[in-house]
Amino acid sequence: MNEDENTLKKNGQGGAAVLTKPEAAGKRKQVFSEVMLSVRDLYVSFRTFGGEVQALRGVSFDLYKGETLAIVGESGCGKSVTANTIMGLIPEPAGRIKNGSVLFKGKDLTKLDKSKMRKVQGVDISMIFQDPMTALNPTLKIGEQLTEGLRTHQKVSIGEARKKAIKLLEVVGIPNPEERMKQYPHQFSGGMRQRIVIAIALICEPELLIADEPTTALDVTIQAQILELFEEIQERTGVSIILITHDLGVVAKIADRIAVMYAGKVIEIGTKREVFYTPQHPYTKGLLASVPRLDLKEEELQPIEGTPPDLFAPPIGCPFTARCPFAMEVCDRIYPGTTDISVTHAVDCWLQDERAKKLFD
Amino acid sequence: MAIYIVKRFFMMIATILIIATLTFFLMHSVPGSPFDEERTSNPTIQANLEKFYKLDQPTHVQYFDYLKSIATFDFGPSIKKPNETVNTLLARGFPISFELGMVTILVAVISGITLGTLAALRHNGIIDYSAMAFAVIGISVPNFVLATVLIQQFAVNWNLLPPATWSSRMHMILPTLALATGPTAIIARLTRSSMLEVLTQDYIKMARAKGLSPVRIVLRHALRNALMPVVTIMGTMLAGILTGTFVIEKIFAIPGMGKYFVESINNRDYPVIMGSTVFYSAFLVFMLFLVDIVYGFIDPRIKLHRKEGDA
Amino acid sequence: MVTRQQNVQAPDEWFKPKGRDAEKAESVVRPSLSYWKDAWRRLRKNKLAMGGLVFLIILTLFAIFAPMLSPHNIEITQYANQNQPPSGAHWFGTDDKGWDVFTRTWHGARVSLFVGVAAALIDFFIGIIYGGISGYKGGRTDTIMMRIIEILYGLPHLLVVILLMVIMGPSLTTIIVALTITGWVGMARIVRGQVLQIKNYEFVTASKSFGAGTSRIIRKNLLPNTMGPIIVQMTLTVPSAIFAEAFLSFIGLGIQAPVASWGVMANDALPVILSGHWWRLFFPALFISLTMFAFNVLGDGMQDALDPKLRG
Repeated sequence: MNEDENTLKKNGQGGAAVLTKPEAAGKRKQVFSEVMLSVRDLYVSFRTFGGEVQALRGVSFDLYKGETLAIVGESGCGKSVTANTIMGLIPEPAGRIKNGSVLFKGKDLTKLDKSKMRKVQGVDISMIFQDPMTALNPTLKIGEQLTEGLRTHQKVSIGEARKKAIKLLEVVGIPNPEERMKQYPHQFSGGMRQRIVIAIALICEPELLIADEPTTALDVTIQAQILELFEEIQERTGVSIILITHDLGVVAKIADRIAVMYAGKVIEIGTKREVFYTPQHPYTKGLLASVPRLDLKEEELQPIEGTPPDLFAPPIGCPFTARCPFAMEVCDRIYPGTTDISVTHAVDCWLQDERAKKLFD
Repeated sequence: MAIYIVKRFFMMIATILIIATLTFFLMHSVPGSPFDEERTSNPTIQANLEKFYKLDQPTHVQYFDYLKSIATFDFGPSIKKPNETVNTLLARGFPISFELGMVTILVAVISGITLGTLAALRHNGIIDYSAMAFAVIGISVPNFVLATVLIQQFAVNWNLLPPATWSSRMHMILPTLALATGPTAIIARLTRSSMLEVLTQDYIKMARAKGLSPVRIVLRHALRNALMPVVTIMGTMLAGILTGTFVIEKIFAIPGMGKYFVESINNRDYPVIMGSTVFYSAFLVFMLFLVDIVYGFIDPRIKLHRKEGDA
Repeated sequence: MVTRQQNVQAPDEWFKPKGRDAEKAESVVRPSLSYWKDAWRRLRKNKLAMGGLVFLIILTLFAIFAPMLSPHNIEITQYANQNQPPSGAHWFGTDDKGWDVFTRTWHGARVSLFVGVAAALIDFFIGIIYGGISGYKGGRTDTIMMRIIEILYGLPHLLVVILLMVIMGPSLTTIIVALTITGWVGMARIVRGQVLQIKNYEFVTASKSFGAGTSRIIRKNLLPNTMGPIIVQMTLTVPSAIFAEAFLSFIGLGIQAPVASWGVMANDALPVILSGHWWRLFFPALFISLTMFAFNVLGDGMQDALDPKLRG
């Protein structure tokens, strides 16, 4: 039912309205209360020649309507796998969801068959990819790549679709959109391409935008522009954003909440303020200490020693134990439970245990 | 694009010139000139030869004169058959060879691309394994072996199809099959590997993230990109099919140009060998030129960037 | 949201410092095999490629020893033995001159393998020199040399080979010369590409480490990576040379009896195939096909095994 109403609403809007949802506008930076996406105890594995990689090992988090949640961590920690799982893009048959659910507005996306999932992809949830140089098809005109999603999911004429696409290109800051529609990707710069990718993601007015390292491949100045564009879009449409990144500078700029992932688990989650100013997990602390900051001298910059564990055979205990300056025997043997620091702040670490607190005092 | 075409055109002319030159001087280096009187048994032929090759003139005059006649599509006389020239042989044989070649290319391209695409989409599945088994066998079995096996089974043992000549649709089946199997196998392998590569690209993932149907993703997004390497090998493929026609026409007794060419090789009819080689080369180089232009239309990037080294 | 507490039970004595174990953290990285060992390990897993390799080794041994051990004469025509089907005395039957097809097949193997391997080796040497100079010198020299290659690449190879064979007359030497005159171009292009790659790497490593360990990096990382495509190209040149030789034999430009190649044997057998002497065509055709198959699957397998991109 939910889905039908949704489609109906979108069809009614047709191609006329572009990125205007007045009831959502201006809501930004208020308290987010409505849960839009709920990821519960997600386990995802990949079969490879070397054996089975346990990429996600019980990932849970909620996403509220209108907020930006940043998922941070080193490469290989499972942040992109999380994004792909939500989006239904796990490559089959190598990848498999072994357990858990992805509830999008009450509907479990992991249970949908492929054709039902296609009605969600690009319509309710859109994705923005890391490298704009490879995300656009080199042999198709921009116009077609923009409008095809709209024309697949909604009954709109070519003319209407084009009109909407042109308006959207204007919104994302492409000059001469009408001319540009007839051009191929190689005729655009990297920053321009990423703007087009964003426009493509927005064409069906999704409620959730997943951005997988959207600025990593771009120049620093372009990065700032793209991040501003994200903020602008969120203000206009009230879209929720999941931002996958390893760049804490990007997080500091636009995230509302932060989830820190390590070895296939969310080890700490909280508001931006909580995670940046009162980090609880030694890994989060290490991550923050390894970022160059203007207010610190260079020698205070500390990389985290060692490498993340092998996910072919992940440790039973806390995966960070081997690199942790506060490691205890218990860390090696049992994975810590979740402790709530505040309503919004939670961490998986044995240091929260009273006995550990005594030990390090 | 215009500059690109012009550049390719001049390269084509240069290549044809090189081949004509090479042919001319190689023929003149044959010990005891192939145009000597004792090799020819017929006064008409000797007269034709002397007229065409200007045998009384110095070599450089002969050479430029030869280039001139090639430029006007005159490829010279035969020394074994009086009153025959390369041109009359071509007029009789080439249409048949051309038909055989074109039917073969059509069959090879359509079945090769289909097979390769299916194999890639069912990667590591039964279709993939059987298609690739077929492909590796198709590449390994020379066409003359395949041709004889086909004749033996379909024509002799089962009496289903005519064993030779080129006189009806039914007659065309076996030669086409024998000639097309190798190219089909090559196209299938190439399509498969390039399709597998393309399917891992971000833009395919993006197309999936748009919620497009699998059919549209394969046909509209993947296939065109996957076929680019296939287009680039079309040139070599054409050359292979062309030389393949020599063998196939010999085995199936098809009166095409290839049969005359093999005959001329066997009885050392030098002027015919010379004329046919130049004609065939010019034809092939022209086809390569066409393939390059087609490539320019398929890949929009070619208009701005110079084509990379790998043709 | 309900506030959670530690919900996992753990005994008190486990709460004691363990200290950082950075060494252990490093040791979880999987052992890295050397490039060649790794490639060999992966090639060995490929049953088809290994089958091809074993077949080629056996074929080579037979090609070397079988003709020496064979009791059958293949120089003097033996009319008494004409066109006999396979039997205990003649395993593959005899041909129209009464010669033992089994013995002739192994002589043919010598010719075909020799042509294939010689063509591949000569291509390799010319390719290394031409491609090496072109890639190493770079700039104008490279542009001119590559333009020449581009034109040569456009030539229809087999036609040029036919022309050369007609002029020089068929023999083992001329067939190899004709094949390599046109065949080296592909190898030269690959070598040049690889040399350019090495130059790039050298630049990068030199600027990073100022010479320290550069030779080791070249030996350990670059040479293997650049040799891979060259070796694969050589492996795939052999079957195409064998095919070209068979093709030339078939259109009447082959090395003539008695020590004839498989292509010549097949060509000689063709007119009599309808009279039922199937063995005369079957055995040479089978061996051409099997040999090409073996080289092709081995080449494919090596390509997969040597491709560093696929290293798991």
